[in-house]
This record gives sequence, structure tokens and C-alpha cells, in this order.
Amino acid sequence: MPTYLLVTALTAIRILGRNRLRTGLTMLGIVIGVGSVIAMVSIGEGAKAAVAERVASMGTNVILILPGAVTTGGVRGGQGGVVTLTTADAIELKKRIPLLRETGWGRRDVMQIVNGNKNWNGTVNGISPSYLTIRGWSFTGGGPFTQQDLDTAARVAVLGQTAVDNLFEPGEEPVGAIIRINHVPFRVIGTLAPKGQSAQGMDQDDVIFIPFSTAERKVFGTYFLGSVGALFASTERPEDLAPAVAQIREVLRQRHRLQPDQDDDFFIRTQVDIGKVHEETSETLTAMLLAVASVSLMVGGIGIMNILLVSVTERTKEIGVRMAVGATRRHILIQFLVEAMTLSLLGGCIGILVGILGARATTVVAGWPTIISGETVAAAFLFSVAVGLFFGLYPANKAAWMNPIDALRYE
Amino acid sequence: MAALISCEDLWKIYRLGDVEVQALRGIDLLIREGEFVAIMGASGSGKSTLMNILGCLDKPTKGCYRLQGIDVGGLRADQLAEIRNRRIGFVFQNFNLIPRTSALENVQLPLFYRGLPLRQQRALAAEALARVGLQGRENHYPSQLSGGQQQRVAIARALVASPSLLLADEPTGNLDTQSSLEIMAILDHLNKVQGITIVLVTHETDIAAYAEREVVMKDGRILTDRKMLSGSSALSVEA
Repeated sequence: MPTYLLVTALTAIRILGRNRLRTGLTMLGIVIGVGSVIAMVSIGEGAKAAVAERVASMGTNVILILPGAVTTGGVRGGQGGVVTLTTADAIELKKRIPLLRETGWGRRDVMQIVNGNKNWNGTVNGISPSYLTIRGWSFTGGGPFTQQDLDTAARVAVLGQTAVDNLFEPGEEPVGAIIRINHVPFRVIGTLAPKGQSAQGMDQDDVIFIPFSTAERKVFGTYFLGSVGALFASTERPEDLAPAVAQIREVLRQRHRLQPDQDDDFFIRTQVDIGKVHEETSETLTAMLLAVASVSLMVGGIGIMNILLVSVTERTKEIGVRMAVGATRRHILIQFLVEAMTLSLLGGCIGILVGILGARATTVVAGWPTIISGETVAAAFLFSVAVGLFFGLYPANKAAWMNPIDALRYE
Repeated sequence: MAALISCEDLWKIYRLGDVEVQALRGIDLLIREGEFVAIMGASGSGKSTLMNILGCLDKPTKGCYRLQGIDVGGLRADQLAEIRNRRIGFVFQNFNLIPRTSALENVQLPLFYRGLPLRQQRALAAEALARVGLQGRENHYPSQLSGGQQQRVAIARALVASPSLLLADEPTGNLDTQSSLEIMAILDHLNKVQGITIVLVTHETDIAAYAEREVVMKDGRILTDRKMLSGSSALSVEA
């Protein structure tokens, strides 16, 4: 049987090689189909990876707790409408939930920042020192502020890349410089490595970090001491996120003295929730593109079937002769299936090349990230084998079930 | 000699719409090993139908056909294919070589389907081509060969599997006289020297004269069945 398959495959290649134009046109459908599947999937994978990267830029295993909507006398406030979270909440959470690696807090406001003759309207964040580690910020110069800076409400600031770009001349050293935030002088003690866009498309580098106590006492003002814009926490492992969220909810409800029939006065989001939304979007897009590409692969398969049916009819007499000298139905079936598979495999291989080139071109021309994975290529290859098998089966069967006499007499 | 072919009351009935065509109407025929039989008859006499059944390409509607003692009527399609492959060689009027495929590969075909190793296929096929005088033409395509040469390739293909029965359906029908003589000389040699049983369908009396027995058919029945005295020696064709 291996000899039979080998010889049949070689014969198939010879037969297909005789009619190059026809073979080429038949394969074109598969080439386009496989090529577009590869290109589409690699664009989808690229988009997914870009999203994952942005989500990861939040830090690892991050939990975000936001002040919630509170209904007061029938009037429902929106998210963050009421300040319900405090620095004490964060400290208590850390104390009572061992799953949490760290907790932190912050408040933000947009402020005018001045350095010499340059000024910039940027987001100022008053934060606990732990915030920077939770969110995974790293430094390009200088370093973070300390617990002592927080305790003494020190006027020190850490700048994101966008803030640096807008407040300093190129080549000017930011660390050590004195800038003014809302007329209050701050010493720059560190600059942060850029993170790029957030999952929501915001510029994450347009930030200035100052100690929380400094912010509430000297820059923002406050409703009451210790009220925060958001709490942050992180866990050691991703699988700890869900139990940690449940425990946070329990502790906060207890601390806020919420009755069982009352809604939470906070929202808890994890990185997973945020990532999921974006992943779903890109997955929907990939699925749609893939559906379109699959249709073209189908059309390619139908092309193969069509040409094979013509070929079977043209070679009816040959089939009769082969049967007369002892070919069984299975021999004939395999012969035509091998021809179909040769067409689809060859088309598939060219299609893979076309797809890879197409993906590259997309990256170069449109600037979209694309990823060509081995799995994608393997799947496309297997898919083209399946197409050949599926669409070859009918013509091959038609050939195999010919009556030897009718086939021999066919003119 | 043992019976190679034994037919008892063979009927073949075709149905074309409402019309029933009785192609064979009760054929009794016994052919022994080593015989050279010519089947003659006008077109429509049923000789091609009989040939198809003898060649295991078709099954009788009724009756029993035994080839070397095997009741062919009870076999499945793949078993019939194997019988054709191992026991029967076909030579057709229009050669029926596979186009754009070399003479050697055409001759290899039965061995290929038998599953012999490639090397053995080639050796046996080359030998069969040599036996019909075509050494040196192994790599020619059918289109590069004359009609007589093509028919010799077809005979080599029929011989290569060492069948016990050679069925020749008007083998000289498309050939000029000279080529016909050559082909018949080969067949005669195969029968006389190698003892291969040959059943030949023809409507040319001078071709039939090579045989030692002549079966004449008419309207699906055997009209006459007679021994001829001296086979090919009775013939004198003025070429």
C-alpha cells in the first residue's frame, strides 16, 4: 500500500503538471482561502496580544476598588458619586486578608504644572508608595518616595514620560528639578519608564505621582482626611483574585456597616474583568474575519470538486481500463482522492506563504501588529487537507463506482 | 485438459426503458485449457456481451459461469477485480492504453494493482515488452507508437500477469493487414508455444482461421460450434 500511495501521488503530480493553467486556477481558490485564513488569524492574534499587553501594563493580578453609587433619600448617585473609601480601609484589608500581597490607594486630579517657562495640564495622583509596585511601574531615573515621605507629607514628585516630555527640554535632567503643582513647589525624585496606552486607550504616561498625604493636605484639599479616589490591591497568584475579591467585599461591607439588604457602596474590578471585555471584542472580530476566510476556503474546495468531476468524466475510459486490468474500487477511489489532496495541499502550502506575506504586509503598510503562530500554520495545513478530502470524496466516489463496461465503452 | 471456462444456460437481459433486450439466451459453452477459440457473429449477436461476462466485467442475469472451477456469479466487485487481475488478460480493438503514460508503465499496471514491488514490476513489464518484440520502446508514449505497436503493448500488458485466459475483442479491427498478421502471429505463438488459452472475438473469417475452434453466435444463441482442422496453417492471406 505505501508503494501504491507513493506511485499514485507521483502520477497525480504528473497529471496535474500536464495542465498547469487548469491546476493553477483550481489551486487559486485554496491559495486565497488558506492565505486569508492565515492573514486573518494572525491579525486577530496580534490584536489580542496587543490588548493583553495593555492589560498587563496595569500590573499583575491587580484588584481595583472604586467608590460606589449610594442611594440617599431615593436619589441614586453614580459610580464614585460619594466618597466611601478611605486609607484606613486599605490598611485594614491588608491586615485581615492574607491573600493580598499589597494594598494601596490614590486620588487623582488634573492640575496645572509649571517648570520654569513650560507648563502642562496633567493628571496628578496622590498615592501610597505601594501603588507604584502594585501597578508595576519601573524607573528610568531616580526612585520612588518612601513611607517617611508619606508620613511627613513631603513635597516630592515622580513623573511619567509624557509629563517629562512636556515639562522639560530634551536632554534636561528632570530628577532634582523643582516644579510647581498648583503653585506648590515639588522636587522631582524619579522618572518612570513609559507604559503606553491603557486598555481603554488612555495615555498612561501622562501622570505625576506625589505622596497621598501631601496631595490631600497641600494640593487637592479633601472632604475628610483619608478619603481616597480608589483602592488598589494585588495578589500573589492570578487564581487568588476571585477569593480575594470575595473577602474584600466581606470586609468592606462589615467596615461600612452595610445591612444585608443594602447594596455595596463600592465596585470591585479585577484585571481579568477588564481584560475579558477587550479580549471578547478582539475575539468577535477574529471570528468574523475567520468566517469570511472560511467561506473563501469553501469556494476553493468547490473549485477542486468541480475540476475533479470534469477530470473523472474526461478519464472515464482510463478508469475502465484500470478496472479491467484489476484495479479495485478502492484503488480508483484513492487515486482521485490523492489527486484532490495533492491539489489542496499544494494550494495550502502556497496559501500559507501568501498568508504570511499578507500578514507581514499588513504590519508594514497598516501598522497593525500580527502574530503568525505555528498552530495557525498547522491548522491551516490540516484544514486544506480536510478540504481536499471532503471535496475530493464525491468525484472519487463517482469514479470508483463506475461500471467497468460502461467506463470502457465510454467515448 | 481441464475445463477453463464452463457456462451453463447463461442469460443476459438488459432493460432499456420498457424494452427488454435479451442479449444472451441460454449459452452453454465449455472451453478447455490451451484452446484457441474464435467467437464469430454479426453485430448484435451477443458476442460482446458474452465476452464481457467471460472477462468478469459483467455478470449474467441468469445461469452459471465457472472460471477454473470458481463460480464467478457469487463474487463481490473487489473479488472480480482480483480475478481480472490474476487470471484474465484483455486485448481490445482500440488498444485502450492509458494516454501520456509510457509503454512500460502501461504494461506495469496489472502488477501495480497486484501490489508487487516496483523493481519487480519494471523487470516483468520489460520482459513482457521484449516478448512482443518491443524492447527499446519502453519509454515511448502510446501516441509515439504505431497502431500495431500499441496493440503489442496491450498484449504485453495482458501477458505480464501470466493469466490463464487471454480475451481478445477484435484485436485486429483497427489495424492494417501487415500489423494484423503480426498480432495474430504473436497470439498464435502464445497459444501454441506457451499454452495460453485464447478466446478471440472477430467477424473476419481470415482472423478466425487462426483459431482451432469456431463458435458462431446469432441472436444471443450459439449457432454452430466446430473444430477447425489445422488452425493457422489453413490460412493463406495474401498480404
